[in-house]
Amino acid sequence: MSTLSRDEVARVAALARIDLTSDELDRLVGELDVIVESVARVSEVATPDVPATSHPLPLSNVFRADVPEPSLPIADVLRSAPASEDGKFLVPQILGEE
Amino acid sequence: MGDVTRLSAADLADALSAREVSSVEATQAHLDRMAAVEPAVHAFLHVSTEDALATARDVDARRAAGETLHRLAGVPIAVKDVVVTKDMPTTAGSKILEGWIPPYDATLVTRLRQAGLPILGKTNMDEFAMGSSTEHSAYGNTHNPWDLDRIPGGSGGGSAAAVAAFEAPLAIGTDTGGSIRQPAAVTGTVGVKPTYGGVSRYGLIALASSLDQAGPVTRTVLDSALLHELIGGHDPRDSTSIDEPLPGLVDAALRGAGGDLTGVRVGVVTELDGEGYQPGVRARFGEALALLEQAGAEIVQVSCPHFEYALGAYYLILPSEASSNLAKFDGMRFGLRVEPADGPVTAERVMAATRGAGFGPEVKRRIILGTYALSAGYYDAYYGSAQKVRTLIQRDFAAAFTHADVLVSPTAPTTAFRLGEKLDDPLAMYLNDVATIPANLAGVPGMSLPSGLSDDGLPVGFQILAPAKADDRLYRVGAALEAMLEHVWGGHILDRAPELEVGK
Repeated sequence: MSTLSRDEVARVAALARIDLTSDELDRLVGELDVIVESVARVSEVATPDVPATSHPLPLSNVFRADVPEPSLPIADVLRSAPASEDGKFLVPQILGEE
Repeated sequence: MGDVTRLSAADLADALSAREVSSVEATQAHLDRMAAVEPAVHAFLHVSTEDALATARDVDARRAAGETLHRLAGVPIAVKDVVVTKDMPTTAGSKILEGWIPPYDATLVTRLRQAGLPILGKTNMDEFAMGSSTEHSAYGNTHNPWDLDRIPGGSGGGSAAAVAAFEAPLAIGTDTGGSIRQPAAVTGTVGVKPTYGGVSRYGLIALASSLDQAGPVTRTVLDSALLHELIGGHDPRDSTSIDEPLPGLVDAALRGAGGDLTGVRVGVVTELDGEGYQPGVRARFGEALALLEQAGAEIVQVSCPHFEYALGAYYLILPSEASSNLAKFDGMRFGLRVEPADGPVTAERVMAATRGAGFGPEVKRRIILGTYALSAGYYDAYYGSAQKVRTLIQRDFAAAFTHADVLVSPTAPTTAFRLGEKLDDPLAMYLNDVATIPANLAGVPGMSLPSGLSDDGLPVGFQILAPAKADDRLYRVGAALEAMLEHVWGGHILDRAPELEVGK
């Protein structure tokens, strides 16, 4: 059924925020097409009368008492951060400046 | 005292409590074994010598002081590198987490530490547990101790190989579609995926949150029961954790080892046998069934007609959940950060550059597949349909368990294949998990234990599945089969594995 185009895979990779080289993209187009075709068989038995299951065991919401608990020490959390400053994560600019 | 690395965890625990050996001696013996065989096996990504010996010394001192200790106190253990450990690197087999030291311990690690088990190190795995051969690790292959040119299974190949190579008597694995059971099958070891929610997932680096489950990797059924009872049970930090006591697993294993299975109905799943299963795998499976029958079990055939759709549903649900779970690896708060080669250095472009450089091919493949399956216009056809198949598979299990107390199948269709053989064919790799995946989709517990050697001289795994929260049945039936097989073999299956240390 489906034929995943190169453009489609590139678009999805961009949505997933993964830079791909041209070679990676070429290979993925072929591989994903085969995989998608194989897994698409699930629609054969997924008729409207069958309810969806998102979780293996039935669960209801789990709450705990609304009392503050100590957080992890800031120094421990920042120890493995790529960059930090003044006890905070230091990240690249979030908005374009044009 | 002979070679303590050959003892089961239960026997080592007995020797420790009888003070025939100290925990420092036992831990050092395993560290020495690791030094000798790691160059060939490469089961570990990190060896925590000092941490392990410090724990061992502490246990020895407490034992000398007459303190009441956990039965497994002083018995060393290896932990899969997907489980976070404070002050010990945790990479999940990925370059994107190279050198990351987590600021906290997973709940199961806290329980291991509280019980006094020295942690020998962190074991190799497919990157973020995506794979069936451990070849997708960013840190090199792990080699199967039975044949170093072959895969140790995956994703937990490191834990299985470590236990099979006598580098550790116990290990922790995680199983999302078979990552504990399939490595156990191909290395001649025992592995258990508990009921979903039976062991806390707090501190496990999530692959697919509705499928992931941590469990024991050992050489004997009793050892798995001992470890399962230690790490299992409710944890308020995991909202999917089952808030009920575990059934008596050690008791079930001890009862099973007596060998009487009178009245137990064993269901053979028609769809998990036949085409695609290696003749030697089928032969060992048939022999195991005959032994169960001799022990008094009633063998019945059961059909699970929707299992043929399980693989498809799994490879939609898993990538979908993984694409969401792995969004946190963005180069902002931990792990790798890579700046784009040219153009503006914005957060969004840093994320894409980091993920492009930090993720390996299988992780990229699955994240992109999952993003696609969840994207507008495809959601209903792919992810929505897969969730319906999940319902159908649960109904298959429910129907089958009205006819049988446990279900059985070969764990994997083949024995260990050669390194590299399936690396370029993702679908062929995915087929390794065809018999193990249904349990994850339904949340039911499963065990793999060795059932002999195939025609190629490599181990074959026998899988037992039980209804949710009836993990004790796995241990009763598994221990009975293990006892009968070892009686036939005249010892443990690993006695027949090649010696890895030259001159021993």
